[in-house]
Amino acid sequence: MNGLAAELFANARDFVGTVGATTRFFGRLIALTPSGLLRFRLIVEQVYNAGARSLVIIMTCGLFVGMVLGLQAYELLQRFGSEDALGTGAALALLKELGPVVTALLFAGRAGTSLASELGLMRATDQLSAMEIMAVDPMRRVVLPRFLGGAISVPLLTAVFIAIGLFGVQLVGVQFLGVDQGSFWSQMRGTVELDDVAEGLIKGSVFGVACSLIAVYEGYNAQPTAEGVGRATTRTVVISAVLTLILDYILTAIML
Amino acid sequence: MSSTPNPAAGASPAAGAEHVARLHGVHYAVDAKPIFRGLDIAIRRGEVTAIMGPSGTGKTTLLRLITGQIMADAGQVLVDGRDVARLDRRALYALRRRMGMLFQNGALLTDLDVFENVAFPLREHTRLPERLIRNVVLTKLHAVGLRGAAQLYPQQLSGGMARRVALARSIAMDPDILIYDEPFAGLDPISMGVVLRLIRQLNDALGISSIVVTHDVREVSQIANMSYILSDGQLVASGTPSELQKSPDEVVRQFIEGLADGPVPFHYPAPDYYEELLGGGAQP
Amino acid sequence: MRPSRAIDLSTGLFVLLGFAAILFLVTQITNREFSLGSTAYRVQAQFENIGGLKAGAPVSMSGVTIGRVENIGFDMDALKAVVTLRIDGRYDRIPQDSDASIFTAGLLGGQYIGITPGGAEEYLHDGARIEFVQDAIVLENLISKYLFSQAGKEPAAEAAPTTQE
Repeated sequence: MNGLAAELFANARDFVGTVGATTRFFGRLIALTPSGLLRFRLIVEQVYNAGARSLVIIMTCGLFVGMVLGLQAYELLQRFGSEDALGTGAALALLKELGPVVTALLFAGRAGTSLASELGLMRATDQLSAMEIMAVDPMRRVVLPRFLGGAISVPLLTAVFIAIGLFGVQLVGVQFLGVDQGSFWSQMRGTVELDDVAEGLIKGSVFGVACSLIAVYEGYNAQPTAEGVGRATTRTVVISAVLTLILDYILTAIML
Repeated sequence: MSSTPNPAAGASPAAGAEHVARLHGVHYAVDAKPIFRGLDIAIRRGEVTAIMGPSGTGKTTLLRLITGQIMADAGQVLVDGRDVARLDRRALYALRRRMGMLFQNGALLTDLDVFENVAFPLREHTRLPERLIRNVVLTKLHAVGLRGAAQLYPQQLSGGMARRVALARSIAMDPDILIYDEPFAGLDPISMGVVLRLIRQLNDALGISSIVVTHDVREVSQIANMSYILSDGQLVASGTPSELQKSPDEVVRQFIEGLADGPVPFHYPAPDYYEELLGGGAQP
Repeated sequence: MRPSRAIDLSTGLFVLLGFAAILFLVTQITNREFSLGSTAYRVQAQFENIGGLKAGAPVSMSGVTIGRVENIGFDMDALKAVVTLRIDGRYDRIPQDSDASIFTAGLLGGQYIGITPGGAEEYLHDGARIEFVQDAIVLENLISKYLFSQAGKEPAAEAAPTTQE
């Protein structure tokens, strides 16, 4: 019995330690950001890696999420005779929840793992050490641009996801199920506020920072072995997902 | 000279001018496992110094102590007379700019081509105009014989070529100290000969000090001025290659001749052979 | 030197696409009336009770949204709520004696201001005041009114039997 308690305690202590280490890492990144933004070239490359290369998956999933949402929302609203509210309901769902959360999860899976494994591999092949010896701070040169690239990309990806998603809803609702196009959009316009759009984009930004942070942290601190890199990649996805959902709850509670 | 386990090799003058790096009574342990127990080493300026020893004696750890990547638990690590552990980040980075290091697997940046890899320190630390950078890079690549490979990527290079590019990169900023971590590991005889030649030539032509960590005794003996042999966290022998060749010390002999058994035992500690075979049968 | 043209282009496209999406979301699906521009004018109305009326609530006439509640303040001298309405410049012939009432959208929706036109020949202009107002209907007042009217009927009912006996 004592063994179990001791193990739990050790796990808890490790957890707290990791949270602390991650926070300090984050702090260091924030401190380096002002000067880091000057290295425009590096950031552009990373926005490309994290953002532009994620576009295909984001757009595809956005379309299908929108289409499924259209089907489900229509069926649900039909029970109350409120099919006309499809536009409103779908827009709000996408804007406030589905858009930011699904985008963040997809980002963690596609770009987060790429960032983590890239940095992990650099760690394992001594590239980061070599940079240190050459008196180049790897945090500045390699980690920060990747973090900023991700943090900048996610809100943009979220917006694209939501826009494509709405198109998907419209495709299903108006084209397939016969909801009136005019009332679809006008009801939406009548109910959706700028605040709702802001809510979605703020969530997207926060999730972007969180997922990028976790990806670069895990990669940078990976054990320099094949298993170590693999483990870092897995942890990135898992922790990003959990943290995103926790933040989602907190942000929703604050913003409502 | 001495092959006794206690060298104060070279009753050292206080000034650091003769020695580019010194370790005094350095203790270092990882997770309660001691790696160094009171290590004393002096690296002379302008020479090629070899550091050898069986696998796992912490030769790479020694290098990381010199570059300041890790700190000793006790003792001093002096580079150019200055205690590495006491330097602040800026001074440490300034010191490192005067060092060049060749990693075991080259450690080239995989997202840059050969030219960019060699240019990397120049771009990061200087504001030289593009033409000058180009000239410097091509010169360094020429020195290692790879000027024609400037457009290739690290993935396209053989092991030997990658290591030569890494060498070119490490001399890009004209350092005072060059550190080689197992530079001959895994190379074919030709590449090995090339690297050997380069290490000696660069050392003399550039007037620098070179530290070579390796266990290729025969190879490095051809170029080293001074050799140290580490074992079990301590210095067990030091001297010129020819001196070590004549040393009667058991540890040195086993190492130099590559004997399977000796002070470094062949058998990993285990219970008595016969007892284990015969007695182990009756196990419930 | 570095094959970065393609990367620059792709990144640029991505960023532009992202901003286009944001712009789309902001303009196409919200009820921001961008027509309510510089031609709008402001009028005021004072209420004893504004209920749940909030800034940004619509101002409508005959069900058509003609403006927004811009600001809600309180006048310490008159001891009334002062509501500033911002009306689109297109609707510049609202009679001065129109009245402004606070309605509720649907059974449980948000509150808005409805303007019922009067018959005067002069129209509302920037800085004018709407004199005729109707406060928000507050549920508690309704209930107490009802209870009070019920209580009023009770003594009469009791009195009647006694006089009969």
